[in-house]
Amino acid sequence: MTATAERPVGVDIQENEQNRAVIEAIEADNEDATVRHMPGLVRVTSPGRLVINRTSVEERLGREWETHEFQLAIISYFGHIKEWDDDQILIAWDH
Amino acid sequence: MTIAPKAPRKLSMKDRYSALTRDLDWEPSYVSKEQIYPLTTFEGITIHDWSKWEDPFRLTVDAYTKYQAEKDKRLYAVLDGFAQSQGHLSLTDASYLNAMKLFIQGIAPNEYNAHRNFAMLARHLEGGGPRFAALCQCLDEMRHAQTEIHTLSNYNKYYGGFHNFSQQHDRVWYLSVPKSFFEDALSAGPFEWLIAIGFSFEYLLTNLLFVPFMSGASFNGDLPTMTFGFSAQSDESRHMTLGLEAIKFLLEQDEKNVPIVQYWLDKWFWRGYRLLALVAQMLDYMLPREFMSWKEAFELYFEEQMMKGLFEDLAYYGIRPPLHVDKAIQEKEHVSHQAYWILYQFSHAAAFTTSVPTAQHMDWLEEQYPETFPTYRKLWEKEQRNIDNGGRHFIRGLPQLCQVCQIPMGFTEADDPFVQAQRESIFEGERYNFCSDGCQYIFEHEPVKFRRAWLPVHQIYQGNCGGPTLPDVLNWYGLEPGDGGEYLGSIDHQNWLKWHGDPAHVENDHAPAAAGAEGGQ
Ligand SMILES: [Fe+2]
Ligand SMILES: [Fe+2]
Ligand SMILES: [Zn+2]
Repeated sequence: MTATAERPVGVDIQENEQNRAVIEAIEADNEDATVRHMPGLVRVTSPGRLVINRTSVEERLGREWETHEFQLAIISYFGHIKEWDDDQILIAWDH
Repeated sequence: MTIAPKAPRKLSMKDRYSALTRDLDWEPSYVSKEQIYPLTTFEGITIHDWSKWEDPFRLTVDAYTKYQAEKDKRLYAVLDGFAQSQGHLSLTDASYLNAMKLFIQGIAPNEYNAHRNFAMLARHLEGGGPRFAALCQCLDEMRHAQTEIHTLSNYNKYYGGFHNFSQQHDRVWYLSVPKSFFEDALSAGPFEWLIAIGFSFEYLLTNLLFVPFMSGASFNGDLPTMTFGFSAQSDESRHMTLGLEAIKFLLEQDEKNVPIVQYWLDKWFWRGYRLLALVAQMLDYMLPREFMSWKEAFELYFEEQMMKGLFEDLAYYGIRPPLHVDKAIQEKEHVSHQAYWILYQFSHAAAFTTSVPTAQHMDWLEEQYPETFPTYRKLWEKEQRNIDNGGRHFIRGLPQLCQVCQIPMGFTEADDPFVQAQRESIFEGERYNFCSDGCQYIFEHEPVKFRRAWLPVHQIYQGNCGGPTLPDVLNWYGLEPGDGGEYLGSIDHQNWLKWHGDPAHVENDHAPAAAGAEGGQ
């Protein structure tokens, strides 16, 4: 078995102008993230956990952003959504 | 009436969720819980505490409607632009739309079915959290059915195969595959539905359904489909979450639930995987501009994400990967080729067209499947010689169908592409046939349910499908000239050449026009 900390989790995001700030924020906040471009979408994977921070997105977007807005960007994910509150979204495996 | 000034938002997402979603649930006082929720015991699932169900999205009605409205607004803007600019002319080829015909006939009506059953769950689950999540999903699935039909209706103005999808879904042989899949789940109890559709379909396999269709659309100039697909998929991540929560919740509530859930997982993995044979052939054969093979999609979205990710997580609860998953992995080199070959030979009775892949397309397939495609290439090259001699191959008889997945029995043994797979079981003196160990295993667990399957071929022989001849049946299917048959020389193909100012091409293409949906004997 592979440790929970290493098994990759990931998220697929629609590739468009509105989501660029989100993708950049994810890349900045998840050191080991890998980005793959596929037709129409961007796939970001990361070993163990992947975090999206509201403040990082807002910095890049230059406006307020609520985490609910991520619902407009996400196409799919793998892993488990462990946390989704006002400040961050965290995807990780449980066990 | 005075309108109160807008109060600044004070509650955190967590508090809003518990106030606006969870707190709307109440303890009944003058009827018993059993009377209100009569459907949550007969499947043998034990739930001790419904409040343990988590919804990480913490959705409330106001947030839900706000973002769904925004999604629809963005989609409709794209649809308008595409229709106004005659966007259909910039598709890679009219044959690309075969993938979309399959989609509107096979998938859109099942979005509607999903809506029906989630409405039922929104009424019948005992916890306030899962009821609200089911309500949102019910509305989502209705939105998917509507936006898909609306998006594809634009193509119906110019191309065959779209005009009668709903009736065809109920009648046509290959559409009984997705139809019976969903009706199997619809006729189960609420917990089996959650594992069948919520978990196995939405979490485990949905990426293999949607991402190939949508990226294929993106690669072939079909902007509206890509947009509705991604719009629907953005809801899908919520559905995946509901499915994953459902399975974890059932497994955590009581140990006795584990073997029940394991069987459902075994069953619905295989049911879903067999359904995806239609997607596999679409991905490898129906896209004029290819972008990813079935094998690669399967490795990426199933083997990597699910086998190496999810199932290690579920092992904690005593759940093992689904039975027969090894067969699915073995088959990844074969399944798309065999499925398309079946559809190719029966497309005179279908609402889409097929054609021998071009030499350049076969080169691509050979790159993707260096081990196995050379064998299938020989088949296609032989068929090309038939066509050159004026004999495009259509099977005039009716195939035997698998009693469970309802696909014609054309699959081979997973490890030997030269031996046709056939399994049989006797139940109460009658013999039933299956395409695979996976389908036989399901039948043997639920023979009483599956012996009642509405098998299109049996129904034709019983005289329930419009009459005894092929034209009778095609008429009953609601097929019109140009809907099915060979693509080259078909009405869609000829129109496409005409619209692109290339009428000369019609004459020198190698398939005669007569091969198109002739509908004869
Ligand atoms: Fe849907
Ligand atoms: Fe869904
Ligand atoms: Zn079968």
